[in-house]
Amino acid sequence: MPSYFGDQPGTVMSKHLSGSQIVCEALLNEGVSVVFGIPGGAILPLYAVLSQYPDLRHILSRHEQGAAHSADGYARSTGKVGVAFATSGPGATNLVTGLATAMMDSVPMVAITGQVGRAAIGTDAFQETDITGATLPVTKHNYLVMRAEDLGATIHEAFHIARTGRPGPVLIDIPKDVFTEMGEYDPDAPIDLPGYNVPGKADESQIDAAARLINEAERPVILAGHGVVLSRSFDELKELAEKAQIPVVTTLLGISSFPEDHVLSTGFPGMHGMAYASLAVDQADLIINFGSRFDDRIVGDAKRFSTGSKKIHVDIDPAEINKSIRVDAPVVGNLKDVFGQLIPKVKQTTHVEWLQHIEHLKAEHPSLKIPESDRLMGQHVVKALSDVTKGDAIITTGVGQHQMWAAQHYQFKNANSWLSSGGAGTMGYEVPSAIGAQVGNPDKLVWSICGDGGFQMTLMELATAVENHLPVKYAILNNNHLGMITQWQGFFYNGDYQAETYTANPDFVKLAEAYGIKGIRVRTQDELEAAINEANAHDGPVVVDFVIEKVDDLYPMIPAGQSVQELIEDPN
Amino acid sequence: MASGNGTHQRTISALVQDKPGVLARISGLFRRRGFNIASLAVGRSERPGFSRMTFVVEGPDEVVRHVAAQLDRLIDVVEVHDITESNIVWRELALIKVSAPASSRGEVLELTNVYRANVIDIGVESLTLEISGGRQKIDSLIELLKRFGLLEVIRTGRVATLRGTLVEGEDDGLFQADASKPTYILPVPTGETGSV
Ligand SMILES: Cc1ncc(C[n+]2csc(CCOP(=O)(O)OP(=O)(O)O)c2C)c(N)n1
Ligand SMILES: [Mg+2]
Repeated sequence: MPSYFGDQPGTVMSKHLSGSQIVCEALLNEGVSVVFGIPGGAILPLYAVLSQYPDLRHILSRHEQGAAHSADGYARSTGKVGVAFATSGPGATNLVTGLATAMMDSVPMVAITGQVGRAAIGTDAFQETDITGATLPVTKHNYLVMRAEDLGATIHEAFHIARTGRPGPVLIDIPKDVFTEMGEYDPDAPIDLPGYNVPGKADESQIDAAARLINEAERPVILAGHGVVLSRSFDELKELAEKAQIPVVTTLLGISSFPEDHVLSTGFPGMHGMAYASLAVDQADLIINFGSRFDDRIVGDAKRFSTGSKKIHVDIDPAEINKSIRVDAPVVGNLKDVFGQLIPKVKQTTHVEWLQHIEHLKAEHPSLKIPESDRLMGQHVVKALSDVTKGDAIITTGVGQHQMWAAQHYQFKNANSWLSSGGAGTMGYEVPSAIGAQVGNPDKLVWSICGDGGFQMTLMELATAVENHLPVKYAILNNNHLGMITQWQGFFYNGDYQAETYTANPDFVKLAEAYGIKGIRVRTQDELEAAINEANAHDGPVVVDFVIEKVDDLYPMIPAGQSVQELIEDPN
Repeated sequence: MASGNGTHQRTISALVQDKPGVLARISGLFRRRGFNIASLAVGRSERPGFSRMTFVVEGPDEVVRHVAAQLDRLIDVVEVHDITESNIVWRELALIKVSAPASSRGEVLELTNVYRANVIDIGVESLTLEISGGRQKIDSLIELLKRFGLLEVIRTGRVATLRGTLVEGEDDGLFQADASKPTYILPVPTGETGSV
């Protein structure tokens, strides 16, 4: 491990340091350059040494949930491990939503929390929460470190666990007096994790079985999941798809793993996906799943999911194989390695009839028709954002109708430019995740597509953007509604609308101005392009309040737990 | 192993790191997936710093079949084997305090002998027996002792290991019955078989 303070690898000797110093040196040795956090009593000893480590940039969030989502946005957009700090008790519990969001989407993160002093643990001391107990189900692993001398090894272990295998968040809880205790730190101490295996290459027999199915298939479809993004296998995916001329659909989190202007790109299937993508999956004779967990939003009714197809499932996590869908050819390994093994065994071929049929499906089921209206619709906004930014921006979203419109209508050019809470569906993710993405990609244009609901869950982070000169552009798709709730109540509760209307939304332009941020309001389709250009040109954060029509239908839609037979394309 | 109402039992053997909180991680996983832990035995293993756990878990078949893979995901779990269908020997231990006044003591002792249980405590009105073996053997002794008046029954979880030989042996030396249909037929002891 390269050492922050050693000259030559191998010449570093262990150092006698305080717990806080060990934390900082270990973070630097892990390549961490930025952390998001909020201090508090139990973690103050760590903050007390930060001035000694100017290379460790601390960004002061306004809420620990924001710190966690910022670390998540940083991690997703850069591929590095995101780091968040929080104090004990409420500081730590405020992280929980962020950890759960990262856990569901396999995002590499390390959270460091202060804990009450060792002697006070278990006594219901002031600001004591059993955070390792509370976060058991929402972390890949967690630690309570009771000795300063264990800190260094624990932190290196935590990073190893967070970033390898199926990535995920790891929490390290550190009692206040462990930060101040002196201990040895040896950055080169080997990691000893007898119970942790990181899959690399897959068994050749599994590869052969998969290659055979691919070479025999007449109507194959590739389902590209978040695993392609996490393993950065964009080029490999493209190579395989092109070699065997296989259409590619993505999951919601697989979006941007395959260029959307590619002829083989076939959209995303599932609940609010494109009808042609769902139909292609349904009519395929082979589904090749790369790094998706056959999520229920894709599968619907498992018994009726693509019944005519064989299935190949490539996943780094053996526990995902056969979890929800029985597969014919499981392949356990790191996607990048698996692509390397598989591509030479897949025959160069084409599937003319099938590809023609897919083109036919795309033509017959356009799926992305924007409703005719003189008013401003959410789809218009996303379409304009996509056109003006040429599909080049990093997009983050909240959860709801705006998220689906963003997924459907933004045409992603670049790999890994789509950040959205797919598994947890966390409203409020949009505001802080964009901050993390901008910190990690200072030269890129970051647009956060927000719901007016989600925006109000984490809008305090606007101050973080201002304070750190982060030019994030916030597009609020303001329908004065919890639009997705309106839609579900319309569909599934006979239009008995409850608690879905906002009658007291703030004036978002004035709100932006109160933060010292440029605010723009857009009410008509005509104003779209100019406003987006103005926001892009502005050297600083911008909030654009797009006042859109409330609609209670978002199509296509496959109701939860149903199959493609129940697909509602567009009732009008 | 079927156990009525669509649920299945599986026997899992796991080698885990001997650290605080390991059991909480494992039981949390079972709870979340809706598995019931029918029995659990934990103890230090032959490797210093590692414990061995044997669980019998119950749940819907497809879900329980997945349990080993889920467990293996936990960082502190070093090795997991679903040994349900393997050639294993397994044992449970029970302590049974049974009412045994002079009038019935002889009969209780006779059962104790037949089952090769041990008397480990003698009271004026009661006897405490120790029995180890397969579940059905223990179940059937308990069943037979019921009419004398059971005062207390304490059972351990199942501990299991793969057999060292390739020869399929008797499961518990006394019973080879279908586990889904417990039988309470008194076995005829066949002398020293040495396997109980
Ligand atoms: C933290 C959280 N609470 C509640 C929900 C349930 N929920 C899903 S979508 C939605 C409405 C979102 O409203 P808004 O952010 O305005 O987006 P819109 O659907 O209107 O585009 C709600 C309440 C959620 N996903 N996350
Ligand atoms: Mg809304």
